[in-house]
Amino acid sequence: MTDVSASGALPKPKRDVLPALLPVALALLTIPLVGSTSSWVTLTAASLAMGMMIFIMASGLTLVFGLMDVLNFGHGAFIAVGAYVATLVLLPLAGWVQADSLLANLAVLVPAVLLAMAVSGALGLVVERVLILPVYGQHLKQILMTTGGLIVAEQALYALWGPEIIPLPLPTSLRGSFVIGDAAIAKFRVLAMLIGLAVFAGIQLVLNRTKIGLLIRAGVENGEMVEALGYHIRRLFLGVFMVGSGLAGLGGVMWALYREQVHASMGDDLTVLVFIVVIIGGLGSIGGCFIGALLVAMVANYGGFLVPKLALVSNILLMVAVLMWRPRGLYAVTSR
Amino acid sequence: MSDLLTLAGVHTHIGRYHILQGVDFAVAEGGITMLLGRNGAGKTSTLRTIMGLWQASSGEIRLAGRRIERSATPDIARLGVGYVPESMAVFSDLTVRENLVLAARDGPLDDTRLEWIFGFFPALRRFWLSRAGSLSGGQKQMLSIARAIIEPRKLLLIDEPTKGLAPAIVMALIECLKEIKRAGVTILLVEQNFHAARELGDTVVVMDNGAIVHRGEMAALAADTPLQEHLLGLSLEAHQ
Repeated sequence: MTDVSASGALPKPKRDVLPALLPVALALLTIPLVGSTSSWVTLTAASLAMGMMIFIMASGLTLVFGLMDVLNFGHGAFIAVGAYVATLVLLPLAGWVQADSLLANLAVLVPAVLLAMAVSGALGLVVERVLILPVYGQHLKQILMTTGGLIVAEQALYALWGPEIIPLPLPTSLRGSFVIGDAAIAKFRVLAMLIGLAVFAGIQLVLNRTKIGLLIRAGVENGEMVEALGYHIRRLFLGVFMVGSGLAGLGGVMWALYREQVHASMGDDLTVLVFIVVIIGGLGSIGGCFIGALLVAMVANYGGFLVPKLALVSNILLMVAVLMWRPRGLYAVTSR
Repeated sequence: MSDLLTLAGVHTHIGRYHILQGVDFAVAEGGITMLLGRNGAGKTSTLRTIMGLWQASSGEIRLAGRRIERSATPDIARLGVGYVPESMAVFSDLTVRENLVLAARDGPLDDTRLEWIFGFFPALRRFWLSRAGSLSGGQKQMLSIARAIIEPRKLLLIDEPTKGLAPAIVMALIECLKEIKRAGVTILLVEQNFHAARELGDTVVVMDNGAIVHRGEMAALAADTPLQEHLLGLSLEAHQ
């Protein structure tokens, strides 16, 4: 057969690097505004660490949003549950946490994180089966069900752990700062950046190098066609939901250690932030979520330093600005 | 020839709309059955109902004797049914290669089969690592068909593959579908292009208002202009 279909080479798709340059531009723009280099380095490190923690919490939600078209307003419950579950390990073994030994600190921190992720993931399984399965495709009911779930989870945490804020001290090895010139960068922030980058790299690896990843990317774009190719997308949904919940649990532990406290309403507070990131990034886009999280954290930190009165509304203003520029988010994947 | 697919009294409701109203027809094994009709007659709905994308509210659909009207779409696909929707539905964020890797459910791509497909669609080899979203309409259609035949299938459901394509590409697609048929694949094809329908169809089924209004040989319908006008509102010639 004659090839009549393609004459010449395809135009190379343009790499859309503009959104990725935004955090860099914002960081550079604030150098003269902040004035002191050491303050700028500290603020930038704080932004990167906070951004990575928000990204970890939001990454699961963006995939759930994009792939399953599910509005999960209860995502914050996984964050809070993760943090509370970690206290089950970290508080009884406080001696290990306070020990001046990295090995002893890790020996208690790693199991605490793994347990938190496992319990949050398992809770995700229950939530998907019980709350979300009956309301697939019905956004209003999803909002009602998942918001109700969040309230129930919050009250259950109060009932189990009491209404007091639980102090959660950082392990000794993670206290203190690395000093570079006049600037000090908290050790925990460096760890948060590394974990965030590792999660980002891991998700990218799975999405781009494995068949499961291909299925997720294809499912975000057209779930019906994935089913027509012979794959049960509901099973994929469940897996993604559980992983997303587990990551929220990880984010919850990190946030609790960052704030050095755990309280039942922490999920509430973070849900708004996480949703802003998911919307700014573009539903279903991990890359967009990553950049969105960085932008939200930078605006919160630089904005809080430069114009403290704007700090409360800075994220909303950022979301409005991004949506006016790109109504479907920085990297739109789905047309929903 | 025995029938590979049979529909008996199939009704489909979408919300409060009664879309398919007792559809009865059979698709003979190894042939190409054309499904024709005016816009809105229910052709796409019929394919979607067979594929399980819309659930039949009553009636029977049998594939090789096995009832499938209550089966989930992935299970129907795994019985050997390939689906090429009107929208083509290629995964635009994925490369040509990744689209085909996904379609090959049961393992890695089979090189021999891939060469067979490249024989029809050399463009897919050339743009192997290009994003499907950057392909032209004709190339997307080729990818969509290639995806449906990357593994051996019993039955292909193809919805208006020539729609909006340049005549030269339509000719290429017709040749490709003939070759697929020669390979023993049964095809149920929705098509509005007269030339394609006449060239490809062994038998024809005509729909109107969600029901079958004519069954017969394609050649007979192609030769009978008054019947075409009666069934389709226009002669097939006018559908080109």
